[in-house]
Amino acid sequence: MPRANPNPKVVRHQLSKTPTGIQGLDELTGGGLPKGRVSLVCGKAGCGKSLLAMEFLVHGAVRYGEPGVCMNFEETEEKLAANVASLGFDLRDLTKRKKLMIDYVFIERSQITEAGEYNLDGLFIRLAHAVKTVKAKRVVLDSVQALFAGVADTAILRSELQRLFRWLEDHKLTAIVTGEAGVNALTRHGLEEYIADCVIALDHRVTEQISTRRMRIVKYRGTAHGTDEYPFLIDEDGISVMPITSLALAHRALTDRVSTGIPAMDEMMEGKGFFRGSSVLVTGTAGTGKSSVAANFASAACARGERCLYFTFEESPSQILRNMHSVGLNLERWINKRLLYFNAMRPTTVGLEGHLAAIHRLIGKVRPSIVVIDPITNLVAESGTYDVKSMLVRLVDFLKVEQITSMFTNLTFAGDPQERTAAAVSSLMDSWIVLRDSKPNGRPRRELYILKSRGMAHSREVRELIVSQRGIELGMVLKDHTVATHVAGQ
Amino acid sequence: MQTSTDTKKSSGLKKSSAKKRQPKASRSDFFILRLYIAGQTPNSVTAIANLKKLCEDKLKGKYRIEVVDLLEKPQLARGDQIIAIPTLVRRLPPPVKKIIGNLSKTENVIVGLDLQPAR
Repeated sequence: MPRANPNPKVVRHQLSKTPTGIQGLDELTGGGLPKGRVSLVCGKAGCGKSLLAMEFLVHGAVRYGEPGVCMNFEETEEKLAANVASLGFDLRDLTKRKKLMIDYVFIERSQITEAGEYNLDGLFIRLAHAVKTVKAKRVVLDSVQALFAGVADTAILRSELQRLFRWLEDHKLTAIVTGEAGVNALTRHGLEEYIADCVIALDHRVTEQISTRRMRIVKYRGTAHGTDEYPFLIDEDGISVMPITSLALAHRALTDRVSTGIPAMDEMMEGKGFFRGSSVLVTGTAGTGKSSVAANFASAACARGERCLYFTFEESPSQILRNMHSVGLNLERWINKRLLYFNAMRPTTVGLEGHLAAIHRLIGKVRPSIVVIDPITNLVAESGTYDVKSMLVRLVDFLKVEQITSMFTNLTFAGDPQERTAAAVSSLMDSWIVLRDSKPNGRPRRELYILKSRGMAHSREVRELIVSQRGIELGMVLKDHTVATHVAGQ
Repeated sequence: MQTSTDTKKSSGLKKSSAKKRQPKASRSDFFILRLYIAGQTPNSVTAIANLKKLCEDKLKGKYRIEVVDLLEKPQLARGDQIIAIPTLVRRLPPPVKKIIGNLSKTENVIVGLDLQPAR
């Protein structure tokens, strides 16, 4: 650690943490916020800081048996309760059960005259009283900068704030202080100067009419933390941050296999199919049967009793169901058996990061063993290749850690930049199945071959892909094309 | 708007804590002043002394001072939205006014309490 340690005896001592209960944030921080310390959460209006703080309190009260106090300088108890009710938080009930206490601090400057020396003991007494009443372990001050509007003497205010933060730490309270973003500083009144241990910045930006929320851990003393910006999502369950699990590529490689859903294709892969937990890319030009292959894979998984989550960015679920009937796949029965879950999203509805967060959250809910993303092409169209790749890296890593087998389809156009995208993405993929059209002797047909499949002796043959009412089958081995020329050429 | 909520809150509070002191007649020239302190700190002691002196000077016979020590009754801080100590609250006559500090700046107190002599 570069920073000088005041006490050299505790070199390797890991800070104790208080879990926030917010999905992803605890992973990001290695367990939560520094226990018994004050953390600053800052950002512009509407960035989600108050929500983060309230979630911290509610999860503390509900899940971790740590009651909390919220000193709110901006909203009344009623308003606050109404704001978070949509997330399923019942503040009134928690308050009634003495798990939570909300103290609305209202300062009307026009009502107040200053006449001589004072301090903010009133605030301390209120806080201490609230903490004592519910035996709080967690405190939120949201947001103290309202005091700057209410108290004219900023010198007093600053020293009192410092005293307040020290008081919180002396009482071993884990606290979140929120602060509005400043112009050239993290917060408008430089609150970050008083908070040494943990500062989290939230951001909400709109690029090309698509909004993305991001979180950055500006500092976290005593903890190795990522300094990147992490996307997060606010939905009906509150905040979830995309975690960065497996940054170290430490996931365990599994040796069991998962059928491709096409017996002949399993044959091509040592008779067993893909590795469980591996990622599979299926590319092909339009109409080569990518979705059919993917749906078949999903259906086969459901037939084995495994759960499958199918993300579709192009077609509605009902459209897919109808189309798959034509290739002999009845997917409704898996939906009815709650084995197959569809999620249809337009790529443009949220940003790339939003998709990532949404995918992540759904996976957490459904806990599938198979995930299909059909297709990733649309995501690529929406943002730059680099963004897509970095998103896919995180997604693929996440899936691997969760030991989920994933299949991504990608539409390619011969000679198009998309081809390059496929190449960029393919390095993340363990297996790459190529589908293509060809017209030998004027008779059109579809072909399939396995371009790569890590860790197994797979067939290099090109097979005819026969998609019919009976399902998907592979025809005979085709000898008139070689794999190598196809990859290099066209 | 805010003033009315404040008065409401205060009266609700009074019911429970200071019922016996509630005067029936609320003459517009009668002052009820509540001084919030937290223990016998120098500022609190100064504030009490300053307030007594000022009232004797300006409001003789038509005022009442209530001193609330928040160390003893912390729950009362919320009702009057007390943040700073000492805080003087003019509960009567309306509207509610607050003066923070040890009241050593007499001019400010006079302005804050609206004590300018009618003349």
